[in-house]
Amino acid sequence: MKALMFGWEFPPHILGGLGTASFGLTKGMAQCGDMDITFVIPKPWGDEPKDFARIIGANTTPVAWRDVNWDYVEGRIGKVLDPQTYYDLRDHIYSDFNYMNTNDLGCIEFSGRYPDNLLEEINNYSIVAGVIARTVECDVIHSHDWLTYPAGIHAKQVTGKPLVIHVHATDFDRSRGNVNPTVFGIEKDGMNNADHIITVSDLTRKTVIEKYGISPDKVTTVHNAVEPLSQELLDLEVPPKHEKVVTFLGRITMQKGPEYFVDAAWQVLQKVRNVQFVMAGSGDMMEKMIRLAARRHIAGRFHFTGFLKGKQVYEMLKASDVYIMPSVSEPFGISPLEAMQMGVPSIISKQSGCAEILNNVIKVDYWDTNAIADAIYSIIKYPAMYNQLREQGLEEVNQITWDKAGAKVIDIYKRLINR
Amino acid sequence: MKSICFYFQIHQPFRLKTYRFFDIGNDHYYYDDFANDDIITRIAQRSYLPANEMLLDMIKANGKKFKVAFSISGTALEQLEQYVPEFIDSMKDLADTGCVEFLSETYAHSLSSLVDPEEFIAQVKAHDEKIYQLFGQRPKVFRNTELIYNDDIAAMVASMGFKGAITDGAKHILGWKSPNYLYKAASAPKLRLLLKNSKLSDDISFRFSNPEWAAYPLTADKYINWIATLPDEEMLINLFMNYETFGELQPRESGIFEFMKALPRFAAEHGIEFMTPSEVVSKMKPVSELSVMHPISWADEARDTSAWMGNILQEEAVNKLYCLGERIRLIQDKRIRQDWNYLQASDHFYYMCTKHSSDGSVHSHYSPYDSPYAAFTNYMNVLSDFLIRVREQFPEEIENEELNALLLTIRNQEHEIEELNREVELLRKNIVMDTTGDFVPKVEEEPKEEPKPTEKPEPKPKKAPAKKPAEKKTPAKKPAEKKAPAKKLAEKKAPVKKATEKKAPAKKPAAKKTTKK
Repeated sequence: MKALMFGWEFPPHILGGLGTASFGLTKGMAQCGDMDITFVIPKPWGDEPKDFARIIGANTTPVAWRDVNWDYVEGRIGKVLDPQTYYDLRDHIYSDFNYMNTNDLGCIEFSGRYPDNLLEEINNYSIVAGVIARTVECDVIHSHDWLTYPAGIHAKQVTGKPLVIHVHATDFDRSRGNVNPTVFGIEKDGMNNADHIITVSDLTRKTVIEKYGISPDKVTTVHNAVEPLSQELLDLEVPPKHEKVVTFLGRITMQKGPEYFVDAAWQVLQKVRNVQFVMAGSGDMMEKMIRLAARRHIAGRFHFTGFLKGKQVYEMLKASDVYIMPSVSEPFGISPLEAMQMGVPSIISKQSGCAEILNNVIKVDYWDTNAIADAIYSIIKYPAMYNQLREQGLEEVNQITWDKAGAKVIDIYKRLINR
Repeated sequence: MKSICFYFQIHQPFRLKTYRFFDIGNDHYYYDDFANDDIITRIAQRSYLPANEMLLDMIKANGKKFKVAFSISGTALEQLEQYVPEFIDSMKDLADTGCVEFLSETYAHSLSSLVDPEEFIAQVKAHDEKIYQLFGQRPKVFRNTELIYNDDIAAMVASMGFKGAITDGAKHILGWKSPNYLYKAASAPKLRLLLKNSKLSDDISFRFSNPEWAAYPLTADKYINWIATLPDEEMLINLFMNYETFGELQPRESGIFEFMKALPRFAAEHGIEFMTPSEVVSKMKPVSELSVMHPISWADEARDTSAWMGNILQEEAVNKLYCLGERIRLIQDKRIRQDWNYLQASDHFYYMCTKHSSDGSVHSHYSPYDSPYAAFTNYMNVLSDFLIRVREQFPEEIENEELNALLLTIRNQEHEIEELNREVELLRKNIVMDTTGDFVPKVEEEPKEEPKPTEKPEPKPKKAPAKKPAEKKTPAKKPAEKKAPAKKLAEKKAPVKKATEKKAPAKKPAAKKTTKK
């Protein structure tokens, strides 16, 4: 079966959870066998893994005819794209886009990030999608998150193949209800045009049905999973410590509920002193949180590490005794699973999608800081609690693999194709 | 002739209130009075009381041929006395018919049989005493918490003089054997074993009103027929269930009460009689021995003790609690004793079960907590506070054995002093009687020697007997010398005592709370 996927991020150049999830799912589907996946991203770097999917960059797809020879193409974009594919794509330019800002290869430039002119980039991406859809043969089209919905719709119109959209988050999650009407419009349009909608949790499914007015039979939940960690990460060494460490790891924004973490920390510190609280990450609420910690007179026990990337994340987890994610609204939330992989007991909010599939974690309401504090105290004070969560959590998270999620998605494809 | 042996279990734990870590060391009242009151009152109204009425009617209507047995935990009895005293009265009425037998068990519905034999024996005695006080019966057959049983427990039970015990007819123990016979314990051949017939018991308690069950609707006629058509040699059908079956698990509308009322009539038609466990034990002959190495119970699919001691959390909580046992048996403080009892209820550990299969849903159904982790956290917080209170009683660095010896000395001395006092009192009376006449004093020298603080003069003639205590003093001095370490203890104890005294007023309202309701 041939699938044409549109995504925005792909490891190792990722900015958030979207890239990790798209990557894991693609890989998991490839493991199920008999899948031929073409994955389109705005701007490949060349070091993306290519063993289970063909990667086409939007910034190397011509939309205007340029008479360039093989060697020139090879020299310019050879490391991200096979020149033959370039010529195939060039044969399918469907309209004259010379009025647009194109380069020497007739391609549009993409940042591949989330720039200020994001809407323009989204629009360009869908123009490019028209060329790709005409070139690449496919049985089904799969769009990851709202940025690629217009591209998916365009591809569907061109090919007449069924469109699946994958909702990794909605604007209701990102804005705590203060929805941007343009984004909402794009999301709603994508959902209306989709033949099927995949959501990463029942929580998101409910949002899609209730807030976007989509018929429930069109929406299916496929929970995310995690990639097994490499031995190198599992064996990371961290300096010995003398105090318990409780860690919040993620963007410090309204969505992640950092203030509830500070409040719970304050409660715990009333009773136990030898605990350190770490807020790892950056975000627009960071300064506010620093001030809040100072006002509560617990700044001395509070550490703000700033943004962590790559290995630093795992070092931080390895040094932690408790991981906490008090998100106000989390479509899925992959990081507690990573913490569990590192053997860190986790406390997550019931308002997180991953709470639907995890049993060996402590689930609390994000606003219930008493319960959060109780849970922290219990883990750091009662070794049995720590061990039970650590061991059972590890066992549990190792069962949550992408091939299972991949198989579910393939089932959905089959249903759509045979309809 | 076949016999049906009914036994019903009644148990309610004292559920804990939300006890936060802030409360550790500050708040010594642990129970959710509101929930406990609410739950037991509700269940009593819907189940226990109407079911008692039903049983009374059945016994009256069938000329005392209908018999049942009850096992009621001490904690349930306490709550019923507090919140639903009319139930105790109605139970007394049932007891007066002579058709109701009360079984023995641990007072707190505890797991002590598995971890603390000494505590186990003490609790069984306490429970039987309570039953005797309330219903005037001395239990003869033993039923352990949730039918937990193995060879060791059998030996303990037999040594306490019980003639029979009740447990589950777990498949992995019985194998090809049928539960419909009387067995005897391998480790104590004098102890008879009654095994639960799970299929027939659960037909009533779990499947009765399930329309998807093939045998739905179940009628008394049909049910008795099943029993009557069992092989002739299988004479004993043990139907053991929770008393909540009537009215709570199977609601009144399901017709469960009418079903029960019709049973004796159909049983009589087939010549099936009803027996209490002790009748079974004395009238029937055991067919073979049954050996049980690893403890069994009637819980979950596994029929083992994993529902209470199956994961790290439960093991930790159980161990933390029971390592206090020895120390607590040295403590006289009533509130500590009471909390010790209430904290032992097996339910607290049941709530911490992390099984996620079909068993898990049963666990969460009965649990007042969101998750096993919340249950553990709350219990451990309570236990932490309890630990502090236990430690406050005696200095920690004294070993239990030493402490025991010291306490013994103190207690002996108390005894001795009491005895001496009594003797002095007696003598003094004699003196008063004797000296109606004149008594002229050699006052000065005598009282100095006498241990009594009073300066009553001693008459001359009575000097000889009066000296007796003085003589006794010499042997009495020995313990006084021994007193040295005890004194140390007393000194150490002093500041602690002050602390407890200070707390006394704070304690009172809490204590009142318990009694009020």
